[in-house]
Amino acid sequence: MNLTLKIWRQKDAKSQGKIVDYQVKGIEGDMSFLEMLDVLNEQLINKGEDPVVFDHDCREGICGACSLQINGEPHGPDRLVTTCQLHMRKFKDGDTIYIEPFRAKAFPVVKDLMVDRSSFERIQQSGGYISVNTSGNTQDANAIPIPKKDADEAMDAATCIGCGACVAACKNASAMLFTSAKVSQFALLPQGQVEATERVLAMVNQMDEEGFGNCTNTGACEIECPKGISLENIARMNREYLKASTKG
Amino acid sequence: MGGLIKSSIARKVAMALSGLFLVFFLLQHFTINLTSIFSADTFNELSHFMGTNPLVQFALQPVLIFGVVFHFIMGFVLEIKNRNARAVKYAKYNGGANSSWMSRNMIYSGLVVLAFLGLHFYDFWVPEIVHKYIEFAPEDPTRYYTELLHKFESPIRTGLYVVSFVFLALHLWHGFASSFQSVGFNNKYSVAATKFAKVFAIGVPLGFVIVALVLHFTH
Repeated sequence: MNLTLKIWRQKDAKSQGKIVDYQVKGIEGDMSFLEMLDVLNEQLINKGEDPVVFDHDCREGICGACSLQINGEPHGPDRLVTTCQLHMRKFKDGDTIYIEPFRAKAFPVVKDLMVDRSSFERIQQSGGYISVNTSGNTQDANAIPIPKKDADEAMDAATCIGCGACVAACKNASAMLFTSAKVSQFALLPQGQVEATERVLAMVNQMDEEGFGNCTNTGACEIECPKGISLENIARMNREYLKASTKG
Repeated sequence: MGGLIKSSIARKVAMALSGLFLVFFLLQHFTINLTSIFSADTFNELSHFMGTNPLVQFALQPVLIFGVVFHFIMGFVLEIKNRNARAVKYAKYNGGANSSWMSRNMIYSGLVVLAFLGLHFYDFWVPEIVHKYIEFAPEDPTRYYTELLHKFESPIRTGLYVVSFVFLALHLWHGFASSFQSVGFNNKYSVAATKFAKVFAIGVPLGFVIVALVLHFTH
């Protein structure tokens, strides 16, 4: 299929960017979206032009590196997939596709479609951990009985790959779904109780300091999340935060 | 308000609680309005009670006004903060693919409701305050129904009233159900609670509209 691509090009973080039109030909439906961009970049390199910069790593939907706002939706029109898992068969010959970086003040553009998502790392560093004695007497995690429902929900929260689609989808550029998943994966487990109060306060505080917007419960994050992280995590984080606020 | 807006979650919870308070007020207001189409005497009695009871006038009314002002100011604060959180807008944004129009446009439905409140205060609240606390006019317990009929004589005012309540319904459609999530209520009862909130969001504004239209067309 032949496609018209409208791609955000931006030389560096300080430059003014703009949408540039490109034509790509001979795209197969079995190609992934990133492979389609590889084809475009081959064309650009052969013409001596600067290739389009975009984030990618594992290309199998588990690393959270790929991003891209495709036709106004993070990771494109498909559900529960990352951009690297999005197949070109989702598009038709002659389609025009808008490709933009994930937009948020807390995700500054590095170049073209690549954004700096280290704000997520800082939220994690502020409290997304548990203290475990690793002196050689570490207790086997399986020795602690945990109700299956709690274990399942904690595991579901832990599947968040931190790609930032929730922020990109949210009209407010809120990071509540990401932060709540990282809070929930520990809040549901006994191992997470020791630092529970400090954790939620620190992570929400860091999230606010990074300049993310406020959640208004539109639910866009849950719909667009490639890992299906549930809004229940946000409600849980709200409860955890209110509980922690009364303590701390 | 500084302490109340210290974090995004505190703002969210404050917005939800003030909204829930206004929902309760709306239900109470609707109940009194509804009596007007069945019994002028009952409407007069209830209005007289609400208009003269010291607890309502000097305790609940200030709380209500604070709740309304707080909800609107916080709404504007959130809107400004949220717009700032994405300085460069998308060239193409397909919000309709993942969220409802109502959830994305609370500020606009809220602004229409705010404009309506301006008209409503001009129509009812300001004359009440002048009547009672500036002119110190003698209380006539039967005046409320006559005043109500007088206001709904105008087709323009009745039309504005109807349009405003359509926007209130749109605002409540997202706001009421969403407030449960904001206060951390998301469990096996959430589906039922959301259904109740949606029925309320349509039913109560529709009830206000029906009362206005009945009064307009039957008098």
